[in-house]
Amino acid sequence: MEQTMNQATTPNQLGASWKGIAFRWETFLLAVFAFVFVMFAMASPYFLSVWNLSDATFNFTERALIALPMAMLIICREIDLSVASTMALASVAMGMIAELGAGVPAVVVIGLFVGLLCGLFNGFIVTTFGIPSIVVTIGTMSLFRGITNGLMGNEVLNSYPAGFSYFGQGYVHWVFSFQFVLFLGAALLFYVLLHHTNFGRRTYAIGANPVAAEYSGIRVNRHKMILFAAVGLMAGLASVLLTSRLGSTRPAIAFGWELSIVTMVVLGGVNILGGSGSIIGVVIAAFLMGIVTFGLGLLNVPGVVMTIIIGAMLITVISLPIIAQRLKAMRSKRL
Amino acid sequence: MKFAMRIVEQRELLLATVILFMLVVIASINPGFVHPENLASVFNDTSILIILALGQMLVILTRCIDLSVAANVALTGMVVALINSVFPGVPIPLLLVLSLILGAGLGAINGAFVWLLSVPAIVVTLGTMSIYRGVIFLLSGGEWVNAHQMSPEFLALPRQVFLGLPVLSWIALVVMVAVYLLSRFRPFGRELYASGGNPHAAFYTGINVGLTQFKAFVISGALAGLCGYLWVSRYAVAYVEVANGFELQVVAACVIGGISIMGGVGSVGGVILGALFLGIINNSLSVVGVSQFWQLAISGSVILIAVIANSRSERRADRIILRKAIAADALQPNPGTAASR
Amino acid sequence: MTTDTPLFALRNVSKVFPGVKALDDVQLELYSGQVTALVGENGAGKSTLVKTMTGIYQPEAGDIWFNGEVVSFPNPEAARQMGITAIHQETVLFDELSVAENIFVGSYPTKGWLKSIDWSTMNERARAILAEIEAPLSPTAPLKGLSIGQKHMVAIARALSVKARVVILDEPTAALSHHEIQELYEIIERLKANGTAILFITHKFDEIFAVADRYTVFRDGRYIGAGSIKEVTEPELVEMMVARSVKDTYPKVEAELGDTVFSVKSLSHPTEFDDISFDVRRGEILGLYGLVGAGRTEIMKAIIGLSPKASGQVFLDGQPIDIRSPAEAIHHGIVYVPEERQQQGVMLDLPIYQNISLPQLHRTSKAGFLRPSREYELTQDYAKRLNVKTSNWSEVVNNLSGGNQQKVVIAKWLATDPKVIILDEPTKGIDIGSKAAVHQFMSELVQQGLAVIMVSSELPEVMGMADRIIVMHEGLITQTLLRSEASAEGIVSAATGGQS
Repeated sequence: MEQTMNQATTPNQLGASWKGIAFRWETFLLAVFAFVFVMFAMASPYFLSVWNLSDATFNFTERALIALPMAMLIICREIDLSVASTMALASVAMGMIAELGAGVPAVVVIGLFVGLLCGLFNGFIVTTFGIPSIVVTIGTMSLFRGITNGLMGNEVLNSYPAGFSYFGQGYVHWVFSFQFVLFLGAALLFYVLLHHTNFGRRTYAIGANPVAAEYSGIRVNRHKMILFAAVGLMAGLASVLLTSRLGSTRPAIAFGWELSIVTMVVLGGVNILGGSGSIIGVVIAAFLMGIVTFGLGLLNVPGVVMTIIIGAMLITVISLPIIAQRLKAMRSKRL
Repeated sequence: MKFAMRIVEQRELLLATVILFMLVVIASINPGFVHPENLASVFNDTSILIILALGQMLVILTRCIDLSVAANVALTGMVVALINSVFPGVPIPLLLVLSLILGAGLGAINGAFVWLLSVPAIVVTLGTMSIYRGVIFLLSGGEWVNAHQMSPEFLALPRQVFLGLPVLSWIALVVMVAVYLLSRFRPFGRELYASGGNPHAAFYTGINVGLTQFKAFVISGALAGLCGYLWVSRYAVAYVEVANGFELQVVAACVIGGISIMGGVGSVGGVILGALFLGIINNSLSVVGVSQFWQLAISGSVILIAVIANSRSERRADRIILRKAIAADALQPNPGTAASR
Repeated sequence: MTTDTPLFALRNVSKVFPGVKALDDVQLELYSGQVTALVGENGAGKSTLVKTMTGIYQPEAGDIWFNGEVVSFPNPEAARQMGITAIHQETVLFDELSVAENIFVGSYPTKGWLKSIDWSTMNERARAILAEIEAPLSPTAPLKGLSIGQKHMVAIARALSVKARVVILDEPTAALSHHEIQELYEIIERLKANGTAILFITHKFDEIFAVADRYTVFRDGRYIGAGSIKEVTEPELVEMMVARSVKDTYPKVEAELGDTVFSVKSLSHPTEFDDISFDVRRGEILGLYGLVGAGRTEIMKAIIGLSPKASGQVFLDGQPIDIRSPAEAIHHGIVYVPEERQQQGVMLDLPIYQNISLPQLHRTSKAGFLRPSREYELTQDYAKRLNVKTSNWSEVVNNLSGGNQQKVVIAKWLATDPKVIILDEPTKGIDIGSKAAVHQFMSELVQQGLAVIMVSSELPEVMGMADRIIVMHEGLITQTLLRSEASAEGIVSAATGGQS
């Protein structure tokens, strides 16, 4: 009995042997990260400065904050493509209430609140009508961005209260920005939530088999509702950070971010069809994408090239395991 | 048989009624909108959306989705615009063929990943969507190709009027008929429905599901390529952000037209009506005094309303076990056992 | 009436999957105008055989003979073109297409130089085929409105559309009503008269003796024997199937009956069942017998709160309770072990211990945080009691055999410490050894004072295990019997709508 107990594993890893660890996706990601890091350090003399590296984190922390709950949502067989539009709507709400002279706390609360509302709205439609979330959130993606456009027209909102800039531009200590510290805290929180709580276990169970999960006494719809709300809330939070960092709101704020957020999650090893994935993978993927963006920026590679690289990364990381599996199957066939 | 057909067509009927009602409301505010000439111009405005939505329909029927269509439009458009600006002598028909081939090639890239590697279509096309956009930047260096760099023939084709309608509208009509014939009278068209409706059974009946999906992507890509030329020549400009976000309008037209995102369900008529519905909204906002900035919000809510309506009509009924329930059910005309002609 | 050479034969065929030899040097002979029954337990290789015969799999070794020649089927279409068609367990048809299209999909009648689909010819030919099998269906009707029995008719019409020479019926009666089974037998007779060779796969021995001319037995992917059905008895077939003599003994223990713990009063549903009332006592096994589609599973779903349209009352220990979800049912101590093991019972990709702890995470955890050691203890307790065979509780369930998966499913719900346990077809599709273990375990449960409701369509199981038997037909209770009063004829008659 003792022996079997020692083999207790966290979900989705096959035993804790060195082989198991060596062949895990997270290990591979970490190796790629190290490789890219060294390459950039050799290619650019400016790369290895702590302040530059600290700046680099701004490239991904806002997206990564959303990627954390998004990973859980995708494990649970749902997806939210409306996050960038949610951010835009939250940003407009903050901008408008700031125009009315609201203080920092009110602005932040309204940002979070609008994000939460958007998430709840998605969750409500998905669970009440049983429609695939990809369709629902393509709809709300237009709807939320459309409301943003309608409310703003061609305006720019930028009368934010003094002190609001801290969230996106402030530093907690030395080179550690508020954003970065917040992200580390959130990553830890979601790590514990997914891998060490009943809630996390139920997330995997729903992703593995939603029908059996319902029969096993899991309130599947309520669970999904909570996850949609969490994604919305984190989108609201990301909107607070981004709006604070930019100091203004335009209708196209965070346009297209849903793509890079989903890429981050998938790159992190989360199965797009649900059932498996880990927070550690997503966090490493976030760092990897941040460092690539930053490094290419240092090398004066234009931003649009980044979109090519992100798109190619997304397809490659999904194809690679499939190709590896095919090769393995072919080899075992020959034996 | 008539009854069964009515059920199939009900969604189209409903949608047509809604469109008529909408036109009546708009006409009561501004009678000029329903003038035949204006309606023809609304149709012309919606032509590109119709063509793209019909291509998208073929893909969605097979349980896939193509989010890269708009990027395909922009990339193909940029390529033909660049060719035209550098070599104005290249004949327009050749450019048209080129745009079709290039678009089909871009679609084939999507399809190959789906077919050969079974990568989920949404992931592939999210990826190629940004790759294609990025390639436009690499080709153009971020520069615009403006009207004065394009040859007059290049700009004239979609505008030429033939039998009272611009060529652009005629192209849309030809595509409508072609896709209808394909979906109804070609074995391949029926295999699209079979592959999406029940891939498992399709395999058992000897249909190569992956290949069918691949072909759907190629056709969708070719139509997007065609639209690439049409778009750039119609709006007389090519740049990186051409048709940015238009893929959502295209998917919306399909969803509104009753195409099930789960595959296997939908009709050409529905998609055309869905696209026209969006086209009329887009064109009538200013007429009824709503700011253009609300257009996206309106199409977003329309998508949601449409999918909710679809989900309610697709909801499965309870099993009928009780004899009295069977008797009650039998009182209604039952399409399954009516052996009438 | 028959020729001596078989129309279709497999000689020394082997099919290997990674780690498993699904077919090991097997033989099969099908004769024109005869029905050959293929007999074997689950895992004997029957479904692999069907897929090899229809071109879905290609064998690694051996030959396929058809009409005296060696042939090969590189894909399903090749087998179909040769006139070999299978009617599978699950209907492999297209809900969104019409009846006629379902019959001709893959080989549409075409016309003109463009080879476009000829709808009117297609509908006409479909009408003719449907008339031939006397199926009252319109060719243009959409398939999704049809009953399961009607869909089987379409599948058969499809098989006939290409002058079928060999027809494989893979458990065709599993979802059919009594009446529909009779119709199927008539169609089989007609096919035989046309000289078609038929392979009939079933678990039901009465069907074998009713329709088959010959039999072939497989065990563990190997060919065991074949012969004429007239020269074999049921016990002999069973012995060949399982390689040991099995007497129909059930480990039935008369437990001491306690108070009524659970009762249902006039449970009704607009279309599924009506006025269902029964109660169960501690220490009692209540058998709920009926044919597939009699509404048994629907009643159980209503009890655990999955059917919002149902009305009526449910009592636990004499107190009325209101259950709106499986979560609430489990909370009250009423658990339902569903029929479809892989779809409703387990998470195949999760480890055994995570499956078992799932319904009672609140008990194994502390303040919402997982404690894997507690989950392991729980798994030890219950999986050991049920004798789940595995080297490691962290093994994913998918790697277990069907019987062991079922034990995990039962252990999972049992670990919630219920008062009432509902077992829906608890031994469906599992091997005889696992069946015996499940039956043994049910006896232990009632001895511990649990109330067991066993839903089953296996008559010997119901008669062997239940203290009381409720018989259902078309959504209604037609008879309630004590174990001592039960006779096989009486129960079957009540379950098929006859007079009791």
